[in-house]
Amino acid sequence: MKPTLFHARCAFALLAVGFAGGAAAQESVYARNLASACFTCHGTDGRSVGGVPPALAGKSKAELLEIMKAFKSDKRPATLMHQQAKGYSDQQLEAIAGYFAGAKPGPASAAPSARVNF
Amino acid sequence: MTFSRREFMKWMAASTGAAAVAGCAGMGGPSAGRVVVIGGGYGGATAARYLKLWAPDIDVTMVERSDVFVSCPISNLVLGGNTQIGTITMGYDGLRSRGVNIVRDEAVAVDAGARQVRLASGKTLAYDRLIVSPGIDFMYDSIPGLKSADAQNRVPHAWKAGPQTVALRKQLEAMRDGGVFVFQVPMMPYRCPPGPYERVCQVADYLKKAKPRSKILLLDSNPDIVSKKGLFLAAWNGMYKGMIEYRPNSELADVDVRGMTVKLTFDSVKGDVLNVVPPHGAGSIARQAGLITANQRWCGVDWLTMESVAVKGVHVLGDATLSAPAMPKSASMANQHGKICAAAIIALLKGEPVHQEPAVMNTCYSFVDGRSAMHVTSIHQYDKGKKTLLTVKGAGGISKAASEIEGAYAWGWARNIWADALG
Repeated sequence: MKPTLFHARCAFALLAVGFAGGAAAQESVYARNLASACFTCHGTDGRSVGGVPPALAGKSKAELLEIMKAFKSDKRPATLMHQQAKGYSDQQLEAIAGYFAGAKPGPASAAPSARVNF
Repeated sequence: MTFSRREFMKWMAASTGAAAVAGCAGMGGPSAGRVVVIGGGYGGATAARYLKLWAPDIDVTMVERSDVFVSCPISNLVLGGNTQIGTITMGYDGLRSRGVNIVRDEAVAVDAGARQVRLASGKTLAYDRLIVSPGIDFMYDSIPGLKSADAQNRVPHAWKAGPQTVALRKQLEAMRDGGVFVFQVPMMPYRCPPGPYERVCQVADYLKKAKPRSKILLLDSNPDIVSKKGLFLAAWNGMYKGMIEYRPNSELADVDVRGMTVKLTFDSVKGDVLNVVPPHGAGSIARQAGLITANQRWCGVDWLTMESVAVKGVHVLGDATLSAPAMPKSASMANQHGKICAAAIIALLKGEPVHQEPAVMNTCYSFVDGRSAMHVTSIHQYDKGKKTLLTVKGAGGISKAASEIEGAYAWGWARNIWADALG
């Protein structure tokens, strides 16, 4: 009887932590996954090698979201960002902006050069 | 109400994070699982790097036969003399310093039942999850004249960046002024849809400066230019006017290497430098591992995880995949496949839910000369009903015109995608 009761209590304690912590953790993982599509051009976590395209890490969420929405509605001129921003819902853009706002700015680690061996 | 410890653990693992369980029940060990990655190109290297970035407690071993990475994107600029092979050649020390175990060897067999990979050296590697990112292999069987290694060197494809890129550049340098460069391209789907047309621009840029009486003949198996048509035609009919002849529906029958002749179904074309890109399919290890599911060439995958639809526990990335609708075979896509896969494998190994709404982007730049480039981009969101990634209508597109500003962005793209895989 006693061990069962302990397990039940442990379970309820974990459930509370699990649902609150787990849902938030999953949301931040999904935001990270969505934002990682941007890393290809803007650098890992938005730390851009050489700054072109611009670094996004540590920028204000409100500013990033405003810029992306302006691209989406063709209010801000661009070479391709207006075409890409239209591919995302406003909720997705908000998650992406939030991810970059929380990313640590700093220098990117560039790919190491190597000797040509052929 | 009672439930067994085992049921409870299973339920917790499925519904919440493993970390919470570990705190109460004392689970967890030094390694969260072993992942083996076959191939250190854009797909494999990116997946290996992101596994370590996002889950340092996963053991990652990457098998790669070369000790350097040579980028296909930008490699056409080597042919044009607008960059050097050294600029697109990089090493794996960045991945090593992030804890990826890099084995210089070749994977020759996969035993999915025993979850083992056998290497050419005779060694075996055990895995919990395997990533196969083999790139492409050329199908020389249908081209008798190109079967020997000697013939393949004399008529290069230069469609995998590396020694063949350098060899083709040397052939162009040695060509007489007034010579003809003959370039034959396979039917879609092939690696890098705009690549052939960019190559024509790069060779034209070189010939215009160095050998202005020379001509370029593009023999395209396809019925029309398959990517950025208007933008390429603007370059061909503008700055390269009179230099380029485009012949659609020019399917290859064979190559006469001694006679320097490309044989088409109804015609033969002689040239001074021949460049033939044979049809291709997933790299040979994919075939050996039983991953090929479409047209005896490509590997079908579950786009939520990149797991093979044929072999459990094995994930396939990059050009080797049976592409989702309107998804190109590109470095950009392979990079994004690597991230979908890394995130899914981490979730699967840790008993966390797999992200059900992945979205990826493709961005490819093409240079028309040494400085100006133009892009094509598309956004691909997961469709739950169709269970695949579909392009978002009304999004994506191409440049209005090639420009120097996009040339600068193209170099920025290259430096960032290289760093995203290898940094």
